[in-house]
Amino acid sequence: MQIPYTVEERPDTGLYNAKLGVWLFLASEVMLFGALFSSYVLLRTGDPAFMTIPHAVAEALHLGEGAHRWPGELNVPLAFLNTLVLIFSSVTIVMSWASLRLKQFGKYRLWMGLTILCALGFMCIKAVEYNAKFSHGLFPATSNFLGIYFALTGLHALHVIGGVVVNGYLWGPGAKMWKTEPERFTNRVEVAGLYWHFVDLVWIFLFPSLYLL
Amino acid sequence: MSGHTVEEIRSEMRRYWVVGTALFLLTVITVAVSYLDVSQGVAIAIALVIACLKGGLVAAVFMHLISEKQAIYSLLLLTVLFFIVLMLGPMGGRLGSTALG
Repeated sequence: MQIPYTVEERPDTGLYNAKLGVWLFLASEVMLFGALFSSYVLLRTGDPAFMTIPHAVAEALHLGEGAHRWPGELNVPLAFLNTLVLIFSSVTIVMSWASLRLKQFGKYRLWMGLTILCALGFMCIKAVEYNAKFSHGLFPATSNFLGIYFALTGLHALHVIGGVVVNGYLWGPGAKMWKTEPERFTNRVEVAGLYWHFVDLVWIFLFPSLYLL
Repeated sequence: MSGHTVEEIRSEMRRYWVVGTALFLLTVITVAVSYLDVSQGVAIAIALVIACLKGGLVAAVFMHLISEKQAIYSLLLLTVLFFIVLMLGPMGGRLGSTALG
């Protein structure tokens, strides 16, 4: 069976089907992350103790006397570095798509490969950050702030892993389609890029919300 | 998608690098501003304005929303409306329960 509208545009939407599909998916993703953001805002504005580091945790971290607040103990330099890595990967994936439109498959492979490396770099940095938290006894159950922090950043990290799988497929075995259906393959890379930019977009809001404010 | 000639696509590619550089700089500004001695409210406002600016650049240029089809705009309008309800609904509920005692 031939799948319709993989390359040509549907007359009623003016879009090929995968593009409308990925935007519908991204709309549902907005609601998923929005629910967690909403919980974060509600807890932060409703619970005066939400941003306070529990006394036992402050003692374990040798923070000294007095009240201590989140996100004071989060690693801002690592999160800042991760933000730059994700922004760079957004540029590289859109360059990979543009390279295909110029019929430069070799450059596509280069830019998409860099995107995947950036994603893996992001995960490595995140692993270092998580490992430091766990080694200091900071877990989701430690405080409500850490619960939200791990839920939001963990869900985001799962999305990064999903992006690595899809982009890895398009870089490797999936790239065979370029020889037989180049326009369809270009469209696949475009929708994978839309997803990846969304992952970047979420982090753009997570970074200041969790680490800086 | 805008631009189909080789020159137009190359022009788009240059724009991607310009936007990427702007995003780098705005990220640096976000971190720098967080070290300023301002009230929590002002800090949140500045950080969210910069984040919205960065998000707008990503959506407009990288996700091509600057030149998309009407179907996508309609879908996103609905998404934004539901997102606002999602963000403000619980807050409204909390304020209501506080007012009722």
